[in-house]
Amino acid sequence: MKQIIDFTVVSNKTLNHEHFVLELKPDKPLPEISAGQFVEVRVDGSENTMLRRPISVHDVDYDKNILSLFIKKVGEGTRHLSELTEGDNLNLILPLGNGFTIPDSSNVLLVGGGCGVAPMLYLARKIAEKGLRPFILLGGKTKTDISGIAAYQAFGKVAITTEDGSEGEKGFVSDHPWMKQETPDFKLLYACGPEPMMKAVNDFGKKHEIDTEVSLEHTMACGFGACLTCVVDTTKGHQLTCKDGPVFNTKELKW
Amino acid sequence: MVNLNVNIDKLKLKNPIMTASGTFGYGPEFDDFIHVDDLGGIVVKGTTGKHREGNPYPRMAETPMGMLNAVGLQNVGVDHFISDIYPQIKDYNTNVLVNVSGSTIDEYLEVAEKINALEKIPGIELNISCPNVKEGGMAFGTSCPSAQAVVEEVRKVYKKTLIVKLSPNVTDVTEIARVVTEAGADALSLINTLLGMAIDAEKQSPILSTVTGGLSGPAVKPVALRMVWQVANAVDVPLIGMGGIRNATDVIEFMLAGATAVEIGTANFVDPQVTVKCIDGIKAYMQRHGVDDVNELIGALRK
Ligand SMILES: Cc1cc2nc3c(=O)[nH]c(=O)nc-3n(C[C@H](O)[C@H](O)[C@H](O)COP(=O)(O)OP(=O)(O)OC[C@H]3O[C@@H](n4cnc5c(N)ncnc54)[C@H](O)[C@@H]3O)c2cc1C
Ligand SMILES: Cc1cc2nc3c(=O)[nH]c(=O)nc-3n(C[C@H](O)[C@H](O)[C@H](O)COP(=O)(O)O)c2cc1C
Repeated sequence: MKQIIDFTVVSNKTLNHEHFVLELKPDKPLPEISAGQFVEVRVDGSENTMLRRPISVHDVDYDKNILSLFIKKVGEGTRHLSELTEGDNLNLILPLGNGFTIPDSSNVLLVGGGCGVAPMLYLARKIAEKGLRPFILLGGKTKTDISGIAAYQAFGKVAITTEDGSEGEKGFVSDHPWMKQETPDFKLLYACGPEPMMKAVNDFGKKHEIDTEVSLEHTMACGFGACLTCVVDTTKGHQLTCKDGPVFNTKELKW
Repeated sequence: MVNLNVNIDKLKLKNPIMTASGTFGYGPEFDDFIHVDDLGGIVVKGTTGKHREGNPYPRMAETPMGMLNAVGLQNVGVDHFISDIYPQIKDYNTNVLVNVSGSTIDEYLEVAEKINALEKIPGIELNISCPNVKEGGMAFGTSCPSAQAVVEEVRKVYKKTLIVKLSPNVTDVTEIARVVTEAGADALSLINTLLGMAIDAEKQSPILSTVTGGLSGPAVKPVALRMVWQVANAVDVPLIGMGGIRNATDVIEFMLAGATAVEIGTANFVDPQVTVKCIDGIKAYMQRHGVDDVNELIGALRK
């Protein structure tokens, strides 16, 4: 069931000039959340941010009852969120959307680029909870785009690429040896990030007949299926990013 | 106890709060957040003769205190509505109204006739004001002869409460209001969205796939209030006011301007519980002002 819940900011960690992580504590126990689901954040205090902002669930700690969001500053709303400090309040609608398929094998590859790493930590956690250790590939422009690697390492085998080579392999995620294999053994690929990156992962999957799930970030007004603005062109006609997605198997998309 | 009941023609509303078409799905989308039965009525998504895919993405742009949409009447079509959706919503204990849309008079007639046969739908809202489709929609609602023709024809086949939804994209809203009332409308609702546009300066391109779209939200409220007030002074049928309503104060303003009831649209996206909060807020306002019956507020603007 979707809920409207008030949260208190526990911490706001600046990762670099554009990315930050908010840790939020609700005024009641967190509902069941699947990896890949998102929340709609109300940004108060600016006439240009009337609508809520959709943000993926980055991680959930049920023991501490804490939800984290990984956010990139792109405009007024996300800038406002970047300025929150401990004790500030935030109103969220959650959980929204469908979520990723949780696999039965460790041979799956999670690829996150830029703020597309957002849903990958919680996905890795959910996969690890089944006793599996997935492959996790994180890409950024430079070293400071990638942070908190230890958290991912707790759940799987991690590799990094940066465009300037300041951390891990130099290049795009698609230049990494994991995605250059002639006969990859992956059962499923997951991608979130800029569209060219997700398309590159999809091309790799297509070539080797591996299913790919991507998380889309279409603009939306409500987040729960009422406004019909976040449509995606699929083999089944127009579907909603907020309700039928945000996670889609690329076979359904016309990719 | 204050009285919140109002009547729109034969429709009895337990309070003046309704939801605006295209912003409330079919109702179940809000079941997690509110009891839909608490509302005076709901108006479901614009319904056409055939299933429509609507316009391509992107369909939404946020603007200061408002938003532009270019959904373009995406909907399942009237037959699918009757077979699959109606059974799910017919037992809501509130007025469930269908927003009837089309591109030709024949299409409006087809939908109106089929909806007329549904026992639990006590009225329709005839949408002659959608700015987001190429043919029909707003084209009907912006010229007097075509508005008159479509309302007259629909009136012949539709026997229950016929509400006609007016477009703000006209020079004089009272002209159209008079014409459609004479053609047989039992009530009028206004306003639909205002035609607008948004540009991405960095990309030097339009944000919406259709370039232009319909503006809604608090930004349009002063325009909507003015139009409700003008129409209230021009015709004698009940009015349903809408445009940018976010709280009970906004509702009261529309009622003072002459609306018998209101519809809430865009605000549902920001706070899915806004409708029930408005109901509570109206009660508080009435108590504060010593008003026993909400009907006393309709058109009560002092000059
Ligand atoms: C399901 C979903 C999950 C998301 N998850 C995350 C996440 O975990 N972390 C994160 O940082 N962001 C995420 N986003 C994107 C985020 O919602 C937008 O970046 C945010 O709404 C921008 O708000 P703003 O007020 O800062 O920018 P605005 O002032 O609204 O816009 C600034 C610029 O960003 C662009 N923009 C706005 N919205 C989007 C969007 N949805 N997608 C792409 N570009 C956009 C605009 O075109 C404009 O150029 C997600 C989006 C969706 C739909
Ligand atoms: C996303 C969206 C979809 C809409 N779809 C319809 C529709 O199908 N039929 C209709 O008559 N009006 C439609 N409208 C207009 C609203 O019903 C309402 O007239 C308008 O939004 C003004 O009210 P508001 O400011 O409270 O949203 C739509 C509005 C929005 C924002």
